[in-house]
Amino acid sequence: MRVGVFVCNCGVNIAGVVNVKKVVEEVKKIPGVVHAEEYIYLCSQPGQELIARAIREKNLDGVVVAACTPSLHYDTFSRIVETAGLSKYRFEMVSIRELDSWVHLDKALATEKAVRLIAGAVAKLRGNRVYEPIRIEVVKKVLVIGGGIAGITAALSLAKMGIPVVLIEKSPSIGGKMAMLHETFPTLDCAQCILTPLMAEVSRHPLVKIYTLTELDGVEGHVGRFRVKLRVKPRGVKIGDCRLCGFCERVCPVEVPSEFNRGLSKRKAIYIPFAQAVPSAYVVDFDHCTKCGRCIRVCPVKAIDLEQREEVVEEEVGAIILATGYELYPAEKIPEYGYGSIRDVVDSLQFERILDVQGPTKGEIKRPSDGKPVRRIVFIQCVGSRDVNHLPYCSKICCMYTAKHALLFLERVPGSEAYVFYIDVRTGGKGFEEFYKRVQEEGAVYIKGRVSRIYRDGSTGDLVVEGYDLLDNRELALRADLVVLAPGMVSSLNRKLAELLKIPVDQYMFASEVHPKLRPVETPTPGVLIAGTVQGPKDIPETIAQAASAAAKAAELLLRGFIEKEPIIAEVDKEKCNGCRICVTTCPYGAIEIVEGKAVVNEAICEGCGACEAACPVGAIHLRNYREDQLLEVVKSVLEVG
Amino acid sequence: MSWRPRIIAFFCKWCAGSAAETAGVMRLRYDPNIVPIIVPCTGRIDPQLVVSAFLNGADGVLIGGCHTPNDCHYSSGNFKAFKRVYMLRKMLAEVGVEPERVRLEWISATEAPKLVRVVNEFVEEVRRLGPMGGSRA
Ligand code: FES
Repeated sequence: MRVGVFVCNCGVNIAGVVNVKKVVEEVKKIPGVVHAEEYIYLCSQPGQELIARAIREKNLDGVVVAACTPSLHYDTFSRIVETAGLSKYRFEMVSIRELDSWVHLDKALATEKAVRLIAGAVAKLRGNRVYEPIRIEVVKKVLVIGGGIAGITAALSLAKMGIPVVLIEKSPSIGGKMAMLHETFPTLDCAQCILTPLMAEVSRHPLVKIYTLTELDGVEGHVGRFRVKLRVKPRGVKIGDCRLCGFCERVCPVEVPSEFNRGLSKRKAIYIPFAQAVPSAYVVDFDHCTKCGRCIRVCPVKAIDLEQREEVVEEEVGAIILATGYELYPAEKIPEYGYGSIRDVVDSLQFERILDVQGPTKGEIKRPSDGKPVRRIVFIQCVGSRDVNHLPYCSKICCMYTAKHALLFLERVPGSEAYVFYIDVRTGGKGFEEFYKRVQEEGAVYIKGRVSRIYRDGSTGDLVVEGYDLLDNRELALRADLVVLAPGMVSSLNRKLAELLKIPVDQYMFASEVHPKLRPVETPTPGVLIAGTVQGPKDIPETIAQAASAAAKAAELLLRGFIEKEPIIAEVDKEKCNGCRICVTTCPYGAIEIVEGKAVVNEAICEGCGACEAACPVGAIHLRNYREDQLLEVVKSVLEVG
Repeated sequence: MSWRPRIIAFFCKWCAGSAAETAGVMRLRYDPNIVPIIVPCTGRIDPQLVVSAFLNGADGVLIGGCHTPNDCHYSSGNFKAFKRVYMLRKMLAEVGVEPERVRLEWISATEAPKLVRVVNEFVEEVRRLGPMGGSRA
């Protein structure tokens, strides 16, 4: 190889410490180097031309630039090399500024170090092989897992870009938790009024295929082409045929607690989760249905089929957006609050249902135990959250929804009283602090402290909330008709799903992003994106922003029809490979398999870390352009100088 | 001329390598008797590379990567390096080479001051140990 070395002075940034003339003389002695020169600013137009001219005139087929860091100007210089007709792998850049002149004062030693760094770069360059970028054809379709506001937003956004979507939801209707909410903070928009038009829109969109009662059961393949298996549970009712007349529901003899009203009302074994459910059809709860057949007899359109079986559907998609959302922390895990044993202790989603005009009490705020009107509520924040024994993290939304609950209650019931136990009130968000102030002005009393016990006073039937007021430094016992708990958010993601998608999770089962700042919606598994509370607690606007961002990232991958990828990945020497499988277990991505006794690297999956090469006992697998023989040469060349 | 230690540093490009760049941008100073070689990840480093550095005249080898458990950009390369270095140091001790000549450190991209401290400490340590094999004094 005919290597040219170009040494930048970077004004005095390099030349002030490193003797660049001496470096040029020294590097000419390095094997393979046929040309070396220095210039005041190589990145300037004349500097670039100087390199291009030297490639032509000296007939170079390898170029080393010793200058600032490659993260600044690698692209600048590699483009010159490529324009001159050489591959970018015929180019190496090494920093003698950040790694040398800027960190050393001793000129002689810094000069020697520059020569060593360049010697290493020349050795690496001489070992480089030329590769073409890897091109992966992609399937222009996205699987969205989870039909809450995050999944709906992502699906609609993709569909509007012309990308087909498969949206799966494990419950009978899309809508998620947001469908259960009454009004949203801090603007008090009615949740249904803003959500249901989106549900209708996504269900009508010709590019969106919705599967409800469906869970992911298998994933194969990689970014650009995942083959997914979907397990679709039977609905028992044909979606297109059901006219929502409700005859079936009336004759059904089985009653069970309604999930949508969080157990505050009953539903039948054939039911519609809520009036605006999408798809707009009844559903049979096969766990409770006795198959008595009465519904079949009354259905005027013969839409019911109690013998329907579970199905497995396969789809091919290019990317996957995970939007599985959250659950409330089970408040029964904190026995002192009495949730689950005292009926008038409810959690926040139950209170949303109580507030809702379509809810179990038609929006009247009554006690679940005896229907008595509620005049006094004690709200308790941080139920489980910020508690090392439960959820060490802050769930972020509870302060605001509790403030909203208190306000809606005070407004709806004249003369009512609201008390809020809190640890800290966190109101970071647009309009949040103002909202909190307003709630206090409306009369909500905030008490800083913890509740130690809740019990029912046998004589009056009232609840008694015992706690400690930290600011007044005294014990308190408040009477209440109703206690509303604000449990933290827990991830709905489960280990099986995370493993199917090969994505890492944190200790709380929230999905981990590649980079918390720069790549917040991407997971380390290329092509698997996250949106909404699967990543961590967040409110609705943040969820929507993230879902749109995940859709944009999916589109980035799929719209061109192919993905190009750096070819610096692992490569197998079939002659040497004995199929021992050590690389297979070493690879953090599952990119290697054994086919006919030899390791085979999946180009689309390998990320190029090189851990396999370090592990291979027979030297049969190599990280391209970081091969063992190459790095050994680099080490040798660096040490040979001086 | 008096003896100067020759030290190779393998830095992963994401964390320790970035810290080395940041040290430059911050104009921090450290001992120049160390030459960094940037690799994708510490998971790429195998004992053979380290041993060959010694055989080719290095007096010490520093390996810098991303913090455990979660910072490695390839999920677990840092743990792999940890195991390999642990084993290597034991073996070096067996064959009479001071295991202190190999050091593994987790240095995040923001920890330029730590990088400087680690480099200076390590160069001092190697100086104290003297030349590899004790022959080139
Ligand atoms: S990328 Fe830094 S140790 Fe793996």
